[in-house]
Amino acid sequence: MSRLRLEIRVVPRPGLLDPEGKAIQSGLQSLNYSDIHDVRVGKLLLIELDADSPQDAIAHATSMCQRLLANPVTEDFQIRLLENSGDDSE
Amino acid sequence: MKVAIITFPGSNCDYDLYKCVQLVGGAPEFRWHRDSLLGKVDVVMLPGGFSYGDYLRAGAIASMSPIMDAVKTFADHGGPVLGICNGFQMLCEANLLPGALLRNNSLLFSSKEVILSVENNSTVFTELYKPERKLRMPIAHAEGNYYADEETLEHLEGEGRVMFRYIDSQGKPTNGSNPNGSANNIAGIINTRGNVMGMMPHPERAVENILGSVDGLDLFKSLLNHISASKKV
Repeated sequence: MSRLRLEIRVVPRPGLLDPEGKAIQSGLQSLNYSDIHDVRVGKLLLIELDADSPQDAIAHATSMCQRLLANPVTEDFQIRLLENSGDDSE
Repeated sequence: MKVAIITFPGSNCDYDLYKCVQLVGGAPEFRWHRDSLLGKVDVVMLPGGFSYGDYLRAGAIASMSPIMDAVKTFADHGGPVLGICNGFQMLCEANLLPGALLRNNSLLFSSKEVILSVENNSTVFTELYKPERKLRMPIAHAEGNYYADEETLEHLEGEGRVMFRYIDSQGKPTNGSNPNGSANNIAGIINTRGNVMGMMPHPERAVENILGSVDGLDLFKSLLNHISASKKV
């Protein structure tokens, strides 16, 4: 067992209306960042867990995303290993 | 009619529901989210509020509460389950109802009175409503924007599972009468079996004249009628 750190990104599905992203986009545009085409707002979770291997940690995190962290109706998720193995994975 | 009202940390409409069930002659009982048993009850109600501060997603963490296993079993056996506002969000998160409730398209918390059409009055929750009746009741939410994929929406519409729709004073489901951007102006839906209903508006806050409307009363009376009739058989 070793302590591993994972970064989980949860983002709204493509095509799904993201009113928060739209509001931020219009805020940026009012600061004259006029070349912005799209802003999407999601969540970033940093999770520390004990696992036998990086693969094991990612399998655990995938299950967490499917059961609670992401809503399969509206959100996609990506999982990345932050350190200890250098084995980045999605 | 014995009704279990589930209180979660952050629920704030549990006492409104309690009073409302008493008002129609039912017997309400509170259950705590950590309880694992419902006991012998006829109906389960999930109240509005801000369970777990709406962290992660509204209703998401509450839907993992110990009591929710008992609620799922109760629903699987055909018991009537009503989720209002945060309760509707929990039912979607618990996969007892399809779809999800997103942030209002205005991005604002919306607290006001809306007008609703009764789209299906042949359920245990709505049998006392005449089909042409327009209901006035309040909404109070920031995440009430009903979303489901096209296929799910087609099923809901085709199977008469849209229960209430936001309408204008002429009875039309217009953009202007849609307070949150919900698909097809949907304000409430029911499951395939017809025993699990979720709605964003608050019928329990429209049960006495002093509240400005009594249009929510018949929902609770419908349930009471149904339970009384099924006990006589």
